Amino acid sequence: MYRGKSITELRELLDKKEITGEELFEKAITLAHFFQDDYNSFVTILEQTKVKESDSMLNGIPYSLKDNFSTRGILTTSSSNILKDYVPVYDATVYKKLKKAGALLVGKTVLDELAMGGTGTTGHTGVVKNPWDKERMIGGSSAGSAASVALGIVPFSIGSDTGDSVRKPAAFGGIVGFKPTYGRISRYGLFAFASSLDHVAIMTRNVKDAAIVTDVLKGKDPLDMVTIESEKENYADMLDQEVKGKKLFYIKEVCGKNIYQTSEDAMLKETIQKFHETLEECKKLGFTIEEVSVEKALLEALYPAYMCISCAEATSNNANLTGVQFGTRKEGNTVEEMMLHTRTEGFSELIKRRFVLGSYILQKENQEKLFLNACRVRRMIVDQINTFFQTYDGMIAPCSGGVAPSFDSTSEKLSDRYLILENHMVIGNFGGFPSITIPYGMIQNLPIGLNITGRVKEDAQVLNMAYQIEKITGMKNIYAKVGDIDV
Amino acid sequence: MYKATIGLEVHCELTTKSKNFSMAPNQFSSIPNEHVSTIDLGLPGILPVANKEACEKALFTAMALHCENPDEIIFDRKNYFYPDLPKGYQITQVTKPMGKHGYLDIFVDGKMKRVEIHQLHLEEDTASLEHTMKYSLIDYNRSGVPLIEIVTEPCIESAEEAVIFLEDLRDIFLYLGVSEARSNYGQMRCDVNISLREEGSKTLGTKVEMKNINAFTSVKAAIEYEIKRQSEILDKGEKVVQETRRIAEDGKTYAMREKVDALDYKYFVEPNIPPIPLTEEYLTGLKKRLPKLKLERYLTYVEEYQIGQQEAQVLSKERMLSDYFEEVLSYGADIELTVNFMTSAILSTLNKLEISPQDLWITPKMLCGLITYVKDGKISLDHAKKILYQSIEEKVDPLDLIKKENISQIHDEKTLLAFIQQAMSQNREQVRQYIEEGNVHVINFFIGQVMKLSNRQANPNKSLELIKEELERRKNNEK
Repeated sequence: MYRGKSITELRELLDKKEITGEELFEKAITLAHFFQDDYNSFVTILEQTKVKESDSMLNGIPYSLKDNFSTRGILTTSSSNILKDYVPVYDATVYKKLKKAGALLVGKTVLDELAMGGTGTTGHTGVVKNPWDKERMIGGSSAGSAASVALGIVPFSIGSDTGDSVRKPAAFGGIVGFKPTYGRISRYGLFAFASSLDHVAIMTRNVKDAAIVTDVLKGKDPLDMVTIESEKENYADMLDQEVKGKKLFYIKEVCGKNIYQTSEDAMLKETIQKFHETLEECKKLGFTIEEVSVEKALLEALYPAYMCISCAEATSNNANLTGVQFGTRKEGNTVEEMMLHTRTEGFSELIKRRFVLGSYILQKENQEKLFLNACRVRRMIVDQINTFFQTYDGMIAPCSGGVAPSFDSTSEKLSDRYLILENHMVIGNFGGFPSITIPYGMIQNLPIGLNITGRVKEDAQVLNMAYQIEKITGMKNIYAKVGDIDV
Repeated sequence: MYKATIGLEVHCELTTKSKNFSMAPNQFSSIPNEHVSTIDLGLPGILPVANKEACEKALFTAMALHCENPDEIIFDRKNYFYPDLPKGYQITQVTKPMGKHGYLDIFVDGKMKRVEIHQLHLEEDTASLEHTMKYSLIDYNRSGVPLIEIVTEPCIESAEEAVIFLEDLRDIFLYLGVSEARSNYGQMRCDVNISLREEGSKTLGTKVEMKNINAFTSVKAAIEYEIKRQSEILDKGEKVVQETRRIAEDGKTYAMREKVDALDYKYFVEPNIPPIPLTEEYLTGLKKRLPKLKLERYLTYVEEYQIGQQEAQVLSKERMLSDYFEEVLSYGADIELTVNFMTSAILSTLNKLEISPQDLWITPKMLCGLITYVKDGKISLDHAKKILYQSIEEKVDPLDLIKKENISQIHDEKTLLAFIQQAMSQNREQVRQYIEEGNVHVINFFIGQVMKLSNRQANPNKSLELIKEELERRKNNEK
C-alpha cells in the first residue's frame, strides 16, 4: 500500500527494499490520473521518472510541485492562458534541490491564475475540488498541491504562499502547510507574484514530514539575495524538545472566546469553540496561553494593506508577460499592439482587475495615500506582533472561521469575519514569520485548521510546537479516503 | 539677445566582469545574443543579484564628482512597457542614488566654471533593437549592462561648456578606470535639455529635449543648432514647443514627439535586493583609493611646478602618462628636463609603438637616471635622447649604455693630445684662421677630425677642452 503513507513510512519501505522509487512513482501517477477528472489537481502529470542515487530522506519519494516553479523542459503555465505553452529553459532552485535529493516529481499542480486568488477556481485548466467534499473549494492559490496531498496521491507538495496560499488550502484539506521564515528557502525560479511577500511553502500530512522537506530545501542561495544562512542541524531532529513553559498568545479581536457570540453563524461559533477546547488541551502539554488585544482598526487594515502591496508588486512582476520574449503571443500591427493583445487575451478578468488596481495604487498621485500607507500598516502590525514576541514564543489562531466554503457561497468582504478572521494569516507574510497550519478537528466531516506563527528565524521552534500539538489533535496523517482504488 | 540654459543627462556603461544583476559577461559582442542569461531575458521566476563591482565603481565615480553618498544601497523599479525592456521594468535608483549634490570644475577660456551634478545613479541598460521593414530583431547582449547616469543641474550655458564638460567627464571615467567610455560603441551617450531666455530674465524658457546623442561633436552641433532655431522662433515672437527632438546627420534637429504629460514610471523600491548598508569605514576606505584627478594635477603642474599650460595639459590628460611623469619626478628628476623628455621622446615613442606608458621598457627610475646625467652635464641633451631611443630599442638600461660608451672611450690626455697634434699639423690653414681671424668654428672642425682619427673613441668633452687649450697655446706662442 502506498496511498496516504508519510515520507517516514515510505522511507522505511524503500530502505528495506520492499518497494522501489520507480514503483512508488508508478503508484503515484496511477492515483494522479485516477483522481484527475474529479478533482483536477494537476496541469501536467509526468510520464516517467529516473531514480537518482542519494542519501537524502527524500530519495525515491514522489511529490508534486505547484505549476509556478520553473522546471526545465517541463510545461509551466502558472495556470494562465498567457503561459499555456511555456516550457522553461531553467530550473528553480527548489526543483534543483529536490532533483539532487532524488525526490520524484509526479506532476505540476493547478493554482489560481498566477497565484492570485484563494479559491482554486481560476486556473486556466479548470476548478480544483476539495477531496473531502466535491461541492466545496479546496482554497488557493496552491489548490492542486493541497488536493494532491489531501487525496493521498503524494506525501508532500511544494507550493507558494504570498497571503496564506499554502496555509489556507492546507487547512481546508486537513493537511499540514508550513511557510518558513522569509529567506529560509530560495525563491529563485518561483514565478513572482508579490516579491516582498512570496514564500516557498510545504504541504505534508504531518509536521515531521514538513520538517524533513524544509531541511532539504533550506539554505542560502546566491541567486536569491533575500535568502539567509540556515542552521546545519536538521529541523526534523529537533521536534522532540520539551514545550513545557512555552508561551503562546491569541489575539482577542481575531478569535476571542466571546467575540462572535451574537453571530448567527453556527459553523463560526463551533470553529471558535473547538479552537478554545484545543487551547485547553495545549495547556495540558505545558503551554501557557494568554489573550492579547490589538486595535481592531489595525486588524481591519490587514486585508486592504495586503491587496495594495500585493497588487502593486504583481503589476510590476508580471510586466514581463508581453509575448515578446516568451509566452502565447497574439499578433498586432505594431509591437505595442501585439503586447496589448497578448495581455488582453492572455489574462482573465480577475487578473486584469488586480493589475489595474496595482497600477492605480502605484500612480504618482496615489502612491503616498495607498501604497506607502499600506507599507506603514504592514510595519505597524509587524512591530506590534514583534512586541508580543518579546513575551511569547508564538501566536496561535484558527486558520478560518469554518470549513471549506462551497462553490456557490459568497463572502461578505467587509464583515469582521472576512476582514480579520479570514485574512489574519497574512501577518506571517508581512513579517516573514515562520507559520504553520495543522488540522485540529472536523466539523460536519470536514477538516478545520489551526495556525501557529513564531519569531523570525525560529522555524525549529514553530515546528517543534506544532509537532507536540499535533499529538493531541488526533488528526495526524489524515487524508480523504475517497475513490475506489487500492494502490 | 538670449541666454541658453542647458542640462545634461550622461549615460556611461561601466566596465565590469559581469552584468549588473546577472552572471552573464559584460562584454561587447558583434554576435547578437551571445552574452545573455535567463535573468537578462526577464524569464518568469528570475531574480536580480546586485553586482559588487558595479556598485563600487558607481560609488567611486560619485566620490570623484564630489557627491554625497547614501547610507545604504537600494534600488528602485522604473515600470514601463517597451520591447527592449524584457522585465517590463528597469532596475534603477531613485530613492537613494549613489551620489547627490556633486560638482565638476572645468576650464572654459582659461576661467574655472563649476558644473553642478544633481545626482549620479546606477541602473541597467536595455536590449538593443534592430528594425527592418517587416520585423524587428532584439539583441539582448546589452540587456542588463551596468550603466551610470549623471544628471547635471541646468547650469551649462553654451555648446563649448557642454563639450568641455563631457570631455572632462570622460577623462575622469578613464582616470578612475570605471569605463572605457567609447562613444562610438555607445558606451557613453547623453541627453541634452535646452531652453532659451531673454538676457537678464530669470524665468527659464520652454525646455526642448534631445535624446541619445553619442558623439561630442554632435552634442555641439545639436546645441548650436537649437540655440539658432529657438532664437529665430523667439525673434518672431512665437513660442518654442516643449518636445523631444532628434539630431540628424546634417547637424540639424528634428521634432520627434511633443511632450504631453510626462509618463508615470510608478517607481517603487526593488523588493528583491535587500538594503546594503554602507559604513563610514567602507566609504572612507573607498575614498582613500581615489586618485588625484586631471584638474588637480594640471593645477599642481602649472602653479607649483611652473610648467607651461600646454605641456601641463598634455601631461595631465591621461592618468597613466601623468602617473609616469610624477613617478619620474618622485625620484628627484629635474622638472624642466623631465617635461622636455616626456613631451618629446617619451610621447613620440608611445605614439610610434602604440603602447601605454606602463608598457614602456624604460621605467621612470631609469629615465630619472638619464635625466640626472644631463642635469649634471655628463652628457648633452641630444645625446641623452639618442641614448633613450637606443635603450628602448635594445632594451638596455640607458645608464648601462652610457657606461659602455665611457669604457671604450679614450680619456687619456696624452693620447688625445697626440690625435689633436696630428689633426692640427694636417690642417694648418684652420689653425691659422683661429689664431689670426679668431674663427671659433674651427673648434668643431677639429673635434670632427679627432673623432675621425680616433675611430670615434675620443671622449668628446675632454677632446673639446684639450682642443681649446691647444689652440690658445699656439695663439699665445705666435705672439
